[in-house]
Amino acid sequence: MTLAVVPPQNSEPVFYLVDEHEHPEGASTMLGFWIYLMSDCLIFAMLFATFGVLGGNYAAGPAPKDLFDLPLVAVNTSMLLLSSITYGFAMLAMEKSRVGAMQAWLVVTGLFGLAFISIELFEFAHMIHEGATPQRSAFLSSFFTLVGTHGLHVTFGLVWLVTLMVQIARFGLIEANRRRLMCLSMFWHFLDVVWIGVFTFVYLMGMLR
Amino acid sequence: MKAETHALQPAPGDHAEHHAHGSRESYLIGFGLSVILTAIPFWLVMAGVLDKQLTGLAITLLAAVQIVVHMVYFLHMNTRSEGGWTMMALIFTIIMVVIGLTGSLWVMHHLNVNMMPGHDMSSMP
Repeated sequence: MTLAVVPPQNSEPVFYLVDEHEHPEGASTMLGFWIYLMSDCLIFAMLFATFGVLGGNYAAGPAPKDLFDLPLVAVNTSMLLLSSITYGFAMLAMEKSRVGAMQAWLVVTGLFGLAFISIELFEFAHMIHEGATPQRSAFLSSFFTLVGTHGLHVTFGLVWLVTLMVQIARFGLIEANRRRLMCLSMFWHFLDVVWIGVFTFVYLMGMLR
Repeated sequence: MKAETHALQPAPGDHAEHHAHGSRESYLIGFGLSVILTAIPFWLVMAGVLDKQLTGLAITLLAAVQIVVHMVYFLHMNTRSEGGWTMMALIFTIIMVVIGLTGSLWVMHHLNVNMMPGHDMSSMP
């Protein structure tokens, strides 16, 4: 029985760990998803900058005062705010592994999200019907790009929400599903943070112009 | 030390730190604050109690406060999660956002002021 000894002159010195130490599955997901959210934040910041630059260029077309309906925006804002707190309750139910309560809160969250999207689409349809299309002026182009991008995010959040509800119904609250729910939680609350910027700087500031 | 040897063992407490979700109380406090911080700017603009410049300043400040409230009570932002790396990423993002926003607005405002003589035709001969 002989040991194969590598001659020292053949082996190059190694200054790093050859075998990476083990990471449990999903250990880095939260940080990775947070960094994704930060990159998304940069997208929204640049859309806000575009709106800030172009928001006053009406091209002799309709101005915010002619288009925006603040009570409707207030209702919309409360829909998103309520969906945020109901998602929080869903996460608390998840902590206690109460699947039924959690699914119920997720349904409520989804309905609030759906109400938000419906009101926004109604508002857009109303504006386009009045001739305030994205092509009308630079103000409207940047408005539809910014608010539309946010609405698109909420729509994809809803698709994700339904997908997760089906996943949980099939596989239960396994570790992977808990992780996915936490990612969606961050995504959902992040969209609410972006909406604060939208209703303040687009709608309320627009009415002040 | 091979990776496979302890791949099957769970690592309790090592990486698998449980993320704080807050409690029902903290969610309700956050929600209450958000409702107040949303209602005030809408009321300021719809009722028109202050002049325009003051209203603009007030709703900007209220939005900033509300964003912090959401970050703390809903996104559970703190300096400890993920060994402080989420906070580092956030600070970096805020720096980028501030540079991008102020830079764009500042440059384009000056461009508008200096290169658009068309608005005031009365001074033309």
